[in-house]
Amino acid sequence: MDTCPQTENAQGQNPNGNHILITKNLNAYYGSFLAVRDVNMAIAPNSITAIIGPSGCGKSTLIRCFNRMHEVAHGARVTGQLLLDGEDIYGTGIDPVSVRTRIGMVFQKPNPFPTMSVIDNVVAGLKLSRIWSRRRKMEEIAERCLRQAALWDEVKDKLKQSGTSLSGGQQQRLCIARALAVKPEVILMDEPCSALDPIATLKIEDLMHTLAKDFTIVIVTHNMQQAGRVSDATAFMMMGDDRAGQLVEYGATKQIFTNPKDKRTEDYISGLFG
Amino acid sequence: MLGALTLIIRKGFNFMMVSLCVLGAVLAMTLVCMMLGYILVHGITFFNLDFITNEAAFPIGTPGGGMRNEIIGTAIIVSLGTLIAVPVGLFAGIFLSEFASPTVASSVRFAADILSGVPSIVVGIFAYAIIVRPMHSFSAISAAVALAIIMLPVVARTTEESMRLVPGSLREAALALGITRWRSVLSVVIPGAMTGIVTGVILGMARIAGETAPLLFTAFGSNFSFESLSEPIAALPLQIYRYAMSPYQDWLQQAWAGAFLLAMMVLVVSLAVRFISRKRGS
Repeated sequence: MDTCPQTENAQGQNPNGNHILITKNLNAYYGSFLAVRDVNMAIAPNSITAIIGPSGCGKSTLIRCFNRMHEVAHGARVTGQLLLDGEDIYGTGIDPVSVRTRIGMVFQKPNPFPTMSVIDNVVAGLKLSRIWSRRRKMEEIAERCLRQAALWDEVKDKLKQSGTSLSGGQQQRLCIARALAVKPEVILMDEPCSALDPIATLKIEDLMHTLAKDFTIVIVTHNMQQAGRVSDATAFMMMGDDRAGQLVEYGATKQIFTNPKDKRTEDYISGLFG
Repeated sequence: MLGALTLIIRKGFNFMMVSLCVLGAVLAMTLVCMMLGYILVHGITFFNLDFITNEAAFPIGTPGGGMRNEIIGTAIIVSLGTLIAVPVGLFAGIFLSEFASPTVASSVRFAADILSGVPSIVVGIFAYAIIVRPMHSFSAISAAVALAIIMLPVVARTTEESMRLVPGSLREAALALGITRWRSVLSVVIPGAMTGIVTGVILGMARIAGETAPLLFTAFGSNFSFESLSEPIAALPLQIYRYAMSPYQDWLQQAWAGAFLLAMMVLVVSLAVRFISRKRGS
């Protein structure tokens, strides 16, 4: 757990080790293949944590362990602990479906439901996890979430149109609004801007800063500049000699970028490889 | 460097293969056009309103006879067969696409492919053995079951195929919102695959509407209007077969008209399917 103190220093606001998400010896497997080895990190509430590293280092696999999406793949499994508010989400009797309402996710490619309207997309998580929902209430929630995702003004006249009729950047913000609607505590973003142009990217980054007031955000990015712009803490991952991804260094973003402790981090940050 | 002779041989071989391909395509097109044209020319002269609204006229030769009973009979057994095949095929397709492990899926898929390859007369014998024999009567219900067995793999496989076309990212999106697996299949995957599923059902219906062999010893045919599902029932393809085999001019004409009706039905269905899938494309 040598990585924890660094974050506490980095955040400066959690001297008591008040962390919303703590991983303990987290390993992720695909069948017998170890994809991510022994990750220990602690994430402070209302922070933005970036996970960076060269491709194939297990960034996406790791973030998918955070909301139990990893195990959806055939033969995939996770060992170790992941504490959300002190409760192990991999504990016995924990329903992965309910975990995912507390830890939302935004994916690399915008994936609104093409058969649903903009408004139905936003409330899909609510509507599809209950039998009956009041339309008026759903509309209220949709408006609130679209405003939160800075999308309301652009789509308020096309709420009944298909979710896929929006532009790429709008679709991604729609997906963020959709994730917000189930009121998660943590939002995971898996390279959310890699399919978007620079302007759409900028909008999403601005949005992340706003959202961090109410949510905790973990973002995977292959873009170091983005990590530097948006995040409070940065985790650097790399593939080890055994081809398993591991956490090389984890600390405040400023420290990682200006004064990395590990040689490998320094090499990556300075563009020697990756 | 290639010799001049080699070059000529290569060009000649290329030309020959391309010609063979063109020839094959032309032949296929010609056959369809000829068959449809032949049925059209022969059938349309004998096809009229009486043919749809009247029963067979007796004695043979009386004008104004039709195939009302047969059309109704076919409508009944095809609807009933569809009613049986669609739910089973739908669930099988959903299972194959969403829930089966790769090994289980491949064996179920193999079974479905075998089933669709079973000659339809064998399906008829099977329905005869399990339904007609115990009930001691030819019946509409046995015909419907035989047709349902033929339709089942069509529905199951098209359902599976069209659900597989729905991107996995949408399933992930639903799961990540805390939606259960089944609910995401129901509300995200199936709506996305709907046009494909409907297309499969319509194609399956077109397929069984024209089946004759399995009806020989299940529906059996009847000269009377429909009364009960447990009695023999008239069917269009069956009647075409009987009339076409007969020596009477009048019946032969009726057979042409029936063939025309059946062919038009399949044609219209195919066009409708094309229309539906094109709408999805846009």
